[in-house]
Amino acid sequence: MGQSKVKIITNGILTDNPTFVQCIGLCPTLATTTSVANGIGMGIAATFVLTASNIVISILRKMVPDEIRIPIFIVVIAGFVTVIEFLMKGFTPELNKSLGIFIPLIVVNCIILARAEAFASKNGVFDSALDGIGMGLGFTIALTFLGSIREIFGGGTWFGNPVVSFEPAMLIVLAPGGFIVLGCCMGAFRAIQARAAKMKGLGAVPAAAAEGCGCCVMAKFCQKTEKTDCEEAKK
Amino acid sequence: MTRLLLLFISSIFVHNILLSRFLGCCPFMGVSSKLKTAQGMGAAVVFVIVLASLMTWLTYNYLLVPLHLEYLYTLSFILVIAALVQFVELALKKLNPVLYKSLGIFLPLITTNCAVLGVAVLNMNEGYGLAEALVNALGSSLGFLLAISLMAGIRERIETNDGIPVCLQGLPMALITAGLMSIAFMGFTGIIK
Repeated sequence: MGQSKVKIITNGILTDNPTFVQCIGLCPTLATTTSVANGIGMGIAATFVLTASNIVISILRKMVPDEIRIPIFIVVIAGFVTVIEFLMKGFTPELNKSLGIFIPLIVVNCIILARAEAFASKNGVFDSALDGIGMGLGFTIALTFLGSIREIFGGGTWFGNPVVSFEPAMLIVLAPGGFIVLGCCMGAFRAIQARAAKMKGLGAVPAAAAEGCGCCVMAKFCQKTEKTDCEEAKK
Repeated sequence: MTRLLLLFISSIFVHNILLSRFLGCCPFMGVSSKLKTAQGMGAAVVFVIVLASLMTWLTYNYLLVPLHLEYLYTLSFILVIAALVQFVELALKKLNPVLYKSLGIFLPLITTNCAVLGVAVLNMNEGYGLAEALVNALGSSLGFLLAISLMAGIRERIETNDGIPVCLQGLPMALITAGLMSIAFMGFTGIIK
């Protein structure tokens, strides 16, 4: 546990950013970034669940038998999702309505289960809380960024205030825009990473870092079917 | 009857679970690089979504509603789905080893697939009756099978194309492809008023 506390947080925001680097939790990323406000709302809800479940799972980590840890993690996460759903219904009913079924679906967001499995079940309470906050912030920042792009170019507004003078392209707010904007951003992120590595003289970075469900907790079942790039990229 | 038919068609094409509702994107991106595995995954999803919708519908209407525990739906749905998947895996292994061989490996993956929980929650939110819930589940999951098979077919072709810039290879290209497919599927919007 020689990791410094700051590094745990920046790890989630930059080096292991859940959206752009690990490419997990794609469904809420695509579905809720139709506007900045929705993106931030989703990010905060996920951060809350992630941090709280990381703390509890870290406390429970020595009591939970190894064989049934996944069901137990899911129950803990589902409990916190129910809590956040109630809070949002009470305090931000409009946001709750626009995020719709993606609030209960935080339960099956792979980011949360992945962090429970990869970090909280192996580390202390304080570190796990920091990891939850870091990963949550990384997710929130990614959602805010994507939400901004989609709202500005697709709706011509930012936080509801008109900002552009050109005719916005409706398509970007609709479903196809979500896929295309995320794809382009991910490509740009990789290009920047590669350039930064080149400047530092590190030579080639692995072109495709860990991909998609290859990094989710269930990846070991995928391994039976096909070799994902994930394991090789991690080496 | 017309209503059910309309619901069926709209859940396959108009509100395609992957391309317009964004449910189940992880397997859509992760398991779609080969046509054969994609079809296996799709078939397993059809199987599990229909069964899970039946079970969660029964749980909600005959257990949670009478006990006034509707707020526990997230917790109970995910448990029902997880238990169901385990059970189906055991049953398949015993009763139909051939089917197990082709679907079994995908089953554990499906527990944490948001498509399954998503359809169950949608059925509940829309207040569907049992028949509607099952038709919606069947349509949505067939839509999943359709979209993931199409995607895998396209990706197999993309693989052989070396004109793609390095930074777009793999997932970014797949996402952009999905966006174009989604535009094509928007064309179905007019079918149902």
